[in-house]
Amino acid sequence: MAEIRFHGRGGQGAVTSAELLALAAINEGKYAQAFPSFGPERRGAPVVAFCRISDEKIKIRAAIYQPDIVLVLDPSILRLVDVGNGLKGDGTLVTNTRFSPEEIKDELGIQTRLATVDATKIAREELGLPITNTTMLGALLRAAHLVDKESVIEPLKDRFGRLAERNIKAFERAYNETRILEQGG
Amino acid sequence: MKKVLTGNQAVAHGVLLSRAEVISAYPITPQTTIVENLAELCADGILEAKFLRVESEHSALASIIGASMVGARTFTATSSQGLALMHEMLHWAAGSRLPIVMANVNRALGAPWNIWNDQTDSLSQRDTGWIQLYCENNQEVLDTVIQAYMIAEEVYIPVMVVLDAFFLSHTSEPVEIPEGGEVDKFLPKYHARYKCDVNDPHSFNLMVSPEYYQEFRYKIQYAMEEAKKVAKRVDDLFAKSFGRGYGPIEGHLCDDAEVILVTTGTVTSTSRGTIARMRERGVKVGLLKIKMFRPFPREEVKEALRGAQKVAVIDRNISFGCGGIFGHEIKATLCDEEKRPQVFDFVTGLGGRDVTPSLITEIIEYTCQNERPEGEIIWAGMRG
Repeated sequence: MAEIRFHGRGGQGAVTSAELLALAAINEGKYAQAFPSFGPERRGAPVVAFCRISDEKIKIRAAIYQPDIVLVLDPSILRLVDVGNGLKGDGTLVTNTRFSPEEIKDELGIQTRLATVDATKIAREELGLPITNTTMLGALLRAAHLVDKESVIEPLKDRFGRLAERNIKAFERAYNETRILEQGG
Repeated sequence: MKKVLTGNQAVAHGVLLSRAEVISAYPITPQTTIVENLAELCADGILEAKFLRVESEHSALASIIGASMVGARTFTATSSQGLALMHEMLHWAAGSRLPIVMANVNRALGAPWNIWNDQTDSLSQRDTGWIQLYCENNQEVLDTVIQAYMIAEEVYIPVMVVLDAFFLSHTSEPVEIPEGGEVDKFLPKYHARYKCDVNDPHSFNLMVSPEYYQEFRYKIQYAMEEAKKVAKRVDDLFAKSFGRGYGPIEGHLCDDAEVILVTTGTVTSTSRGTIARMRERGVKVGLLKIKMFRPFPREEVKEALRGAQKVAVIDRNISFGCGGIFGHEIKATLCDEEKRPQVFDFVTGLGGRDVTPSLITEIIEYTCQNERPEGEIIWAGMRG
């Protein structure tokens, strides 16, 4: 089972991101579960969402404390929240930032595998808004092959209708522009 | 058709498939999206129901009582403080023998404010005369809403379908949605045996003197006992039609178990995985899921727990001055058994505190290692 924790700010679509990933996995015949951090929704405040993907039926009904992957949608959160908390030693931190993985590693002292992309720039250019949920899904799938890239396209079309094409473009760009620093690299 | 739904969306789908005719509800976190979904389905004409907007939960149930009295299939949903505000009307609905179906999303009661998962809201309504059915996953939520109408309309007792705040209400997961036509075959249109009708005037609930009131109560109790049989039959029929059944309780690996864990709601789901891992380690532990709380399936519980040396009940609720509410029921149920297992009652997970696999493991290990519990209540998962 893969366990993914999403960090974002209220209104940025972290929950949507977790749900889209779950939908893609379910469309592939896998089992998945997506849920928000349980609390009152507050626009702009740091929020957390979770996604589990498994080949078997998922029974656990509790938050994720030791994620395999942490996905950070908003670069300003890196300095506010301990995003690496509980991240497995062989896990991956995927973050939106304009800095390189090497710079992030130095700044945060993160020892795990790292993936970075300037999702805010991509989202601004493709969507005209700094909403990075669909963009960061591209980075996530580049960093970890949780589902096929193609499996996300249908859920994106269903969710965004006439805005789908732009979201798909942002998703594809992030997939291509993500830079990865292997553990110990 | 398989869809990805939250627990609240599963409730709304169940109500849609059951073709409720009058819906009235007041929004409250974490139930709000049930109301939003149903309001949208009504506004879009997908669900041909009258949606009543009201100013409180008390009025929500009061208006539903009126709609049910004229023979409509009805629905409402609430949570926590909202259910508490409905309290007076809960008695009126049951006393009037109206087959109302309600969803209650289990949320902690104030004070202090807390919007998270806790069963004390629904359990503290246990003596109002409502059937209560607790759900483990979103599939069970959808299926139970449909079953609830069939049970309610046969025994004329209202049914509360109960789901955990956030762990179900806001969690997205795959749910198999039955075809509408199939549900119509399973659950035909509701025809009230007695109703308010201008062309055939009768009245409900006039003053009843001491010569008669007790018999009215006897009849509710009788119907509650009947409801056990009816619920089983409905569940069997449902399983035949849709391939899924639940039962009032479910014993899992109980036959050779020395310790049996008793759970409700989503704790059951998490416990399944924990128990599988403990079995691999050679711990003879079983699981008893309780779905039906009222009427309490006494005989089935006795049967399932027979042979166990110890029983560990997980209570995500508390009756102050007494203990965990399920623990109390289990102890009362076992009191006339010749060979009684030792009951350990764990209170934990209150106000949304996570009941994790490691906490469940600790609970089972404590039960294995101790002859007797340290007291009536064992507080688990306390802050260190």
